[in-house]
Amino acid sequence: MFEPIRLIPDNPNINFLKLRWVAIMISSILVLISIILCFTPGLNFGIDFKGGLVIEAKFETAPDVAELRTELNALNLGQITLQQVGADASDVMFHIPQQPGGDAGNQTAIAAIRTHFTDRVSEYRRIEAVGPQVGGELIKTSLYAVLLSIGGTLAYLWFRFDRGFSIAAITALIHDVVLTLGFFAIFHLDFDLSTVAAVLLISGYSLNDTVVVFDRIREDMRKYKSKSFVEIAHIALNETLFRTMMTSGTTLLVLLSLFVFGGEVIRNFTIALIFGILVGTYSSIFVATPVWLLLEKREKK
Amino acid sequence: MPRWKIWLILAITLLGAIYAAPNLLPNNFLQQLPSWWPHQTVNLGLDLQGGAQLLMKVEVEKALGDYYEGMTDSVRREFRQANIGYRDLSSRADGLSLTVRDTARINDAKAKLHKLDSNLDITESDGKITLKLSDVGLKARRDQAMDQSIEIVRRRIDETGTKEPVIARQGTNRIILQLPGVDNPERIKQILGKTAKLSFHMVDLEAAPDSLVAPPGDQRLPMQEDPTKFLAVKQSSLITGDMLRDARTSFDQNGQPVVSFEFDAVGARRFADVTTQNVGKPFAIVLDDKIISAPVIREPITGGAGQISGHFDTQGANDLSLLLRAGALPAPLTIIEERTVGPTLGADSILAGRNASLIGMGLVSVLVIVSYALWGLFAVAALFANMIFIFAVMSLFQATLTLPGIAGMVLTIGMAVDANVLIFERIREEYLNGRTPLAAIDAGYARAMSAVVDTNLTAFISALALMSFGVGPVRGFAVTLVIGVITSLFSAVWLTRLMLMAWFSATRPKQLPFTKTS
Repeated sequence: MFEPIRLIPDNPNINFLKLRWVAIMISSILVLISIILCFTPGLNFGIDFKGGLVIEAKFETAPDVAELRTELNALNLGQITLQQVGADASDVMFHIPQQPGGDAGNQTAIAAIRTHFTDRVSEYRRIEAVGPQVGGELIKTSLYAVLLSIGGTLAYLWFRFDRGFSIAAITALIHDVVLTLGFFAIFHLDFDLSTVAAVLLISGYSLNDTVVVFDRIREDMRKYKSKSFVEIAHIALNETLFRTMMTSGTTLLVLLSLFVFGGEVIRNFTIALIFGILVGTYSSIFVATPVWLLLEKREKK
Repeated sequence: MPRWKIWLILAITLLGAIYAAPNLLPNNFLQQLPSWWPHQTVNLGLDLQGGAQLLMKVEVEKALGDYYEGMTDSVRREFRQANIGYRDLSSRADGLSLTVRDTARINDAKAKLHKLDSNLDITESDGKITLKLSDVGLKARRDQAMDQSIEIVRRRIDETGTKEPVIARQGTNRIILQLPGVDNPERIKQILGKTAKLSFHMVDLEAAPDSLVAPPGDQRLPMQEDPTKFLAVKQSSLITGDMLRDARTSFDQNGQPVVSFEFDAVGARRFADVTTQNVGKPFAIVLDDKIISAPVIREPITGGAGQISGHFDTQGANDLSLLLRAGALPAPLTIIEERTVGPTLGADSILAGRNASLIGMGLVSVLVIVSYALWGLFAVAALFANMIFIFAVMSLFQATLTLPGIAGMVLTIGMAVDANVLIFERIREEYLNGRTPLAAIDAGYARAMSAVVDTNLTAFISALALMSFGVGPVRGFAVTLVIGVITSLFSAVWLTRLMLMAWFSATRPKQLPFTKTS
């Protein structure tokens, strides 16, 4: 068999930490901007949270969107957005807001659409209707899930490492999650249940990446008793660099494949993850480790 | 590596392959396999196979209101028998109240009420008695309403001929209904949208037809045909829907569809009595507080069978007879969430999921093999084994695979590779630091374990959080992730080690495939 090819040079000696103040500043600014973006313009909540309907209809012949809009306006279902999906323009996605009549109103809207387009639509590929009450609950359970997941991992890290490491890791995690939310706000991407799953996954991944670096720092602290923490962090970051790149690389490859070939339904989910992995990789080097250094003031000689 | 461990790893791998096999083998071949061979396959979620999912809320409060209303009748009867005077007897959704005229008889009254239902909490002040169900009684009533609703929903769905529906209670007052392969649930929604409470009442001929207020003891109900027209009917019912034994669609002499029904013994006797006593008078057939028809009794009907003709079309008559056969719901149902996936979208999603996984895995395999050559091949073999394990575990537990689930599976590929990278990098380091090949492998596995366990545990914790709180798509994703984290630990750590050891004892290499490049 052939010789393995090292995609990055051996024994790297990149001084990431030289840039740590710049990185912390940039990250702080980005976090601030993201928080502002989450309020104005705010997240574009999908029907899972807001209630409302999403209908994807396949028409016999590609419809004229302008005409369709006039027809739909006549049905009095509120502000409907239309979007052509798929290759041949005959697939149209309707986003219909929560109807004033609550759950019954949503059902009436489905019936109205089905009756109106009865001879023109060959198949309803997807009909989703979420009532206002369910939407409210989904927000609540999702929030619990996020908090539980963060709390659980924090507890684990505290137990496995110590206070400094776990606070630094959680800082990086919150950084990643907030930036992802900001990313969704700025590009007005649909924020739905699968995005929550993605956010949770990103937090898992972010920790994962950070933990490997910290694991190494801790080991090196025992190994090089006379070195300063900055030196030790520098060594550990470089020792784990190949692994960091390799893992991010393989995960990104898989995600790219999902993005290109995985279809419309999970595209938002994939976008969130791709962004999250990139940010998570950055933060384990440029946020988690610098924050840990800030917390551990004790300098060794 | 001890011998037992080698056998254990091989046994688990073999078992995984056996359990995963039914998913890949063609159906006719599967049927020829011996019976001990597992036949379960992974269930496809509705988003992959197409179908409708309805989440319904049972308006339990309505059933409680009905219970209190029924209780007023019992109170009236009991008090009349015991000769206790009362006034202001009224029921609401959360209880009923009355005032006893003679304060000396309050204790008598309380004793009578307690006998009616021991689950009622009785409170009294100044002769005014309030009745409410106790917490235990309330829970029992609610549970009963839920169980009954589920049973009636099941019967109605079965009557429509839908294959393999899943009907389950969710939380305190919800029912989830999954209908694989149904892409237009409108008719089913229509059938579930009616409580179908049927009752027969005498029409009050003395009540002024135009009066907006019904005389005491009467209720004013709209006609089904023309809801602007009303009839005053007696409040107490002669016969109710639960006294029916059967209902079918048939046609009258004019070829009009009608619903023919048969009474059970009690119903037949009552119907015979009522029709004998009231020849020449009209009675009203009431369904869900609407009058379907109000025919005049021409002659006593003693055969225990009858017909409802209400200007139905055939579909309407079919639906009504179905509803009457299946029985009335104890409370109305509201659809609070609906997700329907058409067959082509499901098929597209399966295809997309498969393509994305295969291509993603291909790309990862190339990267890993380029980076680690033969060892990379071991890691890739472990990856494929991991996929097999995920399918095996999912088949074993009959878990449901959804599109987000496929995404979760694809993502565990990343996790599994990560473990191998951590281990291989560690071996490489130990080797370049001067250990012998065998010692380097041992030390590499031992020292990388700390990081491998940490990364997998943190991933496991977030996946578990997702699974416990997640609903719908999130849950499907979390299930595969939880399974994937566990199986990847096995395949990436134990399985690769076994392969490495086998390679080592076969070739006895003096060197490992790692060289310093700089």
